[in-house]
Amino acid sequence: MSTQTIRLELAASPHLKSPDTTPRIMWTVLATLVPVVLAALYFFGLGALLVIAASTAGALALEGWLGKARSVRDGSAAITGVLLGLTLPAGFPLWMAFIGGAFAIGFGKLIFGGLGQNVFNPALLGRAFLQAAFPTAITTWPKVAQGWTTVYASNFAWPFMHPTDTITAATPLGMMKFEHTGTAAWPLMVGSTGGSLGETAGLVILLCGAYLAWKGYLNWRIPVAVLGTAALFATALHLASPRYPDAVFMVFSGGLILGAVYMATDMVTSPVTPRGAWIFGAGVGVLVVLIRIWGGLPEGVMYAILIMNAFVPFINRGTQPRVFGTTRKKRVRGGKEATP
Amino acid sequence: MRSTFRHGVHPPDSKALTAAVPLRRMPYAAEVVLPLRQHAGKPARPVVRVGDRVQRGDVLAEADGFVSSPVHASAAGVVKAIGLWPHPDGTLSDAIRIAVDPFNPQIPRPRMVPDWNGLTPPEVVKAVQDAGVVGLGGAAFPTHVKLAPPKDIHLESLIVNGAECEPYLTTDHRTMVEYPERVHFGVRIMMRALGVKRAVIGVERNKPDAIERLRATLPPDLDVIILPLTVKYPQGAEKMLIHAVTGREVPSGKLPMNVGVVVQNVGSIATIAEVFETGLPLVERIVTVSGPGVRRPSNLIIPVGTKVRDILEFCGGVSADATEVVLGGPMMGTAQPNLDVPVTKGTTGVIVLTRRDTPRFETLPCIRCGSCLEACPVFLNPSMLGLHAQAGRYEEMESMHLADCMLCGACSYVCPSAIPLSQMFALSKTALKKARSKVVA
Amino acid sequence: MQTILIGVGILSGISAVLAIVISLCSIKLRVWEDPRIDEIVAMLPGANCGACGFPGCRGLAEQIVLRRAKPASCTVSSEDGRESIAAFLGIDAGEAQKRVARLLCAGGTDVAQRRVEYRGVESCAAALAVSGGGKACSWGCVGMADCAVACSFDAIYMSRTGLPLVDPDMCTACGDCVSACPQGLFTILPLEAHLLVQCKSLLEGVVATAACAVACNACGRCAADAEPGLITMQMGGRLPVIDYDLVHLESIEAIKRCPTGAIAWVEGAQFAGMDEPSARLGS
Repeated sequence: MSTQTIRLELAASPHLKSPDTTPRIMWTVLATLVPVVLAALYFFGLGALLVIAASTAGALALEGWLGKARSVRDGSAAITGVLLGLTLPAGFPLWMAFIGGAFAIGFGKLIFGGLGQNVFNPALLGRAFLQAAFPTAITTWPKVAQGWTTVYASNFAWPFMHPTDTITAATPLGMMKFEHTGTAAWPLMVGSTGGSLGETAGLVILLCGAYLAWKGYLNWRIPVAVLGTAALFATALHLASPRYPDAVFMVFSGGLILGAVYMATDMVTSPVTPRGAWIFGAGVGVLVVLIRIWGGLPEGVMYAILIMNAFVPFINRGTQPRVFGTTRKKRVRGGKEATP
Repeated sequence: MRSTFRHGVHPPDSKALTAAVPLRRMPYAAEVVLPLRQHAGKPARPVVRVGDRVQRGDVLAEADGFVSSPVHASAAGVVKAIGLWPHPDGTLSDAIRIAVDPFNPQIPRPRMVPDWNGLTPPEVVKAVQDAGVVGLGGAAFPTHVKLAPPKDIHLESLIVNGAECEPYLTTDHRTMVEYPERVHFGVRIMMRALGVKRAVIGVERNKPDAIERLRATLPPDLDVIILPLTVKYPQGAEKMLIHAVTGREVPSGKLPMNVGVVVQNVGSIATIAEVFETGLPLVERIVTVSGPGVRRPSNLIIPVGTKVRDILEFCGGVSADATEVVLGGPMMGTAQPNLDVPVTKGTTGVIVLTRRDTPRFETLPCIRCGSCLEACPVFLNPSMLGLHAQAGRYEEMESMHLADCMLCGACSYVCPSAIPLSQMFALSKTALKKARSKVVA
Repeated sequence: MQTILIGVGILSGISAVLAIVISLCSIKLRVWEDPRIDEIVAMLPGANCGACGFPGCRGLAEQIVLRRAKPASCTVSSEDGRESIAAFLGIDAGEAQKRVARLLCAGGTDVAQRRVEYRGVESCAAALAVSGGGKACSWGCVGMADCAVACSFDAIYMSRTGLPLVDPDMCTACGDCVSACPQGLFTILPLEAHLLVQCKSLLEGVVATAACAVACNACGRCAADAEPGLITMQMGGRLPVIDYDLVHLESIEAIKRCPTGAIAWVEGAQFAGMDEPSARLGS
């Protein structure tokens, strides 16, 4: 083609753009959740799938209704819904899951101004809401491995009716807290223990997280810091007194791995600086152990992450990178340099 | 020697299109246009008038002060006009247009640049300025200024920039492969002029043939190290290169001289050698014509002032889906609205991109992923700077070291939300400069 | 009971001491200010636009009280507002000359050539920084509404052809658009000044008109036809410049032989009747 008829465009440099866009990252994260969901299906049956579907539907419905159309397409609301579903027990009433998903998006994200503006992880905020609103339903865990076609009667409880007749199984953390009995390591890692949907299959989640870290879609420092700190802290306590659980139990029980890999690493609500990521992760790890061992609740991942979310702006401020060609000494707090 | 710097990005280098294409000379076009401003510094002052007949290499405009550089006729012909003409920076600016004489053999007058042997360092500086040599890596800073450091500066070594980290570009690559002796000769001249004993030529590892040729032709009496560098953008940025070679960081707001080194682009080095060798001032340069939108990607030796349109026609035209013509590399080069712009001394490449290479991504809100922080080679916080830029808080940006941003574009390249960070920073810099000039006035 | 009494007693004591300290401070550290300043500030529009040349409305009020400025310095006030300030102080209101912002470009998208399509940050300054933006003319209006965004009085809106239209009734001549325009196309002129060269292109002849149909081609006819001295060709003879000190000499004769319409006779709004506002920005 001759240069006379070319239709030119003008754009600022750089003229190249890496193909990793926000929607692509979000959808990839969602794709890596598929194995986790499948594990939940395997251990808890079809009811698990229904719960996840309900919370996701709630999240998408509210995003589509109040948010912008494009924010449904970018996949972030779907992630919130699926993650919330994974923190719920398999026999959770579907209407509650739906409301939880809607709350997570509405009060966890849209109220702050939509994508990128929220302070707290929306999925965990949704779970915190559900825990406050329906404390019984959210701590009623059905027995594991009843076959993958299992659906729970409590799933279909009518709104505002109390679900009944669920066969309850204690979670490893609950047993540790209230009965002081441990659980063997292998079932913990594989996931054949009682608990919330996405909490149990620790190894599967770790593999998915490793893939995301390799793609550069999650900040590997955060899960490493969270799990490392929790393990170190637990080991120290265990050595001091065998009354406390060891590191393997601490890491693989409850929702720590799911939280460390998928929730603490939520880009919006975690620090942007590499050093900040270490601090944030370590904070979560310490808080989890503190809450689990000395707190009133058996599990502390949710509150640990939410508390650390609140500190993210301060962490970011305090860990601004040292600019090339400057020395750290000259800097004063608040990211500003003292004028020479 | 660490052979790289921290952070940075990895765009596809796309150099395979032209890496193995030997240099060719492009024939003279019907007209060449020589802007008076082809270098950083004051524009040159014209010394010819419309109607004058000029030979190849004649001075058309002389340097206006020390930080300035003369312009020479790149072809024999007649001065057709002196006036406004599209400039690669997008403005209209004063240029000298020469109607090329089609029957002239284009033989220059003999030895317009003196012989190198026996020149004192100040004489070398003068000769380099008179030959119109400027940095050929893009910024076009007059080379002779770098050859005359202030007296109180102690220089240790010369670093030759053969990184060529911009995608598509292969001009320095071909120079090193085809003229390695010239590179070494240029290094010798530079080292003598600067009074330094050591030199390092940094070359990215994706140019193994260049590394090998440079090593094979290295004269035994020259203390030069050829250092392979990690392939990463912006490895060729002055401060990044110095860090990769010496491990030292140039202090914020300071020049490479402050850490005892002078950096010179390998193309400029070869050009210094060339002007002393042939006696002809800088009237032509090597340009990579590449990109998916060009029919015949090439490495060409082009008379300075040749219009981009003529170059693209010579390379077989452009494809139907071509959308952007970029002068320079695709990361820092400028898109051209007008193909009548001439190639200047600082033009490293003519890159034609198609719709596929420049997809329109919707700009989404910042999700604070931190990718930009891990891309920024000078360790700024582009995410925070971007928020300030949107709100017009330019003073705040200044205190966050906006001045250290070299607009390399790494942050914009990685941003998953397609926020035009680098463009916003360029604007903020302009706004700050404007505000400051108002305060002074 | 005793505990309560002790508590009340201590708190009362502290309050009393603090009250005394505060009262002393208010007497000791008092700064006297002319009370009329506050009154005048209340009468001024409170836009703090700076068009008067003083730092905000309070700055002007101080100067008016000191008789260093006239109420007429405020171009935003209505006639009544100025008169009431003058009456309040018993001074002359001064002569207010209505001034408005004028655009020195008439190159809308219907007449000015576009070379290429620009994409990127939506602002004139941003577009200009990318190789001069999309328009063929390097001096003309970019049309991305930096001025309309900057205008705090809602006086500028963009026409369908991408030119900013100034509503003379709303315009207070504050000068925000003058500093917002990266091309420097706005100027503040008296409303009575009718002659306007609506072009800043330094191109000449057909080169100029190839880029924009209403560009000045530097023919010089307007300068020849106007009263001597009113219009002179400047910038190396490439652009006519009107000497607005001689504005009493102007006549419509000057624009009659203009081949492109680059020089115009403007009464009231510029580009009046050219088109309807497409969208109001800057609100």
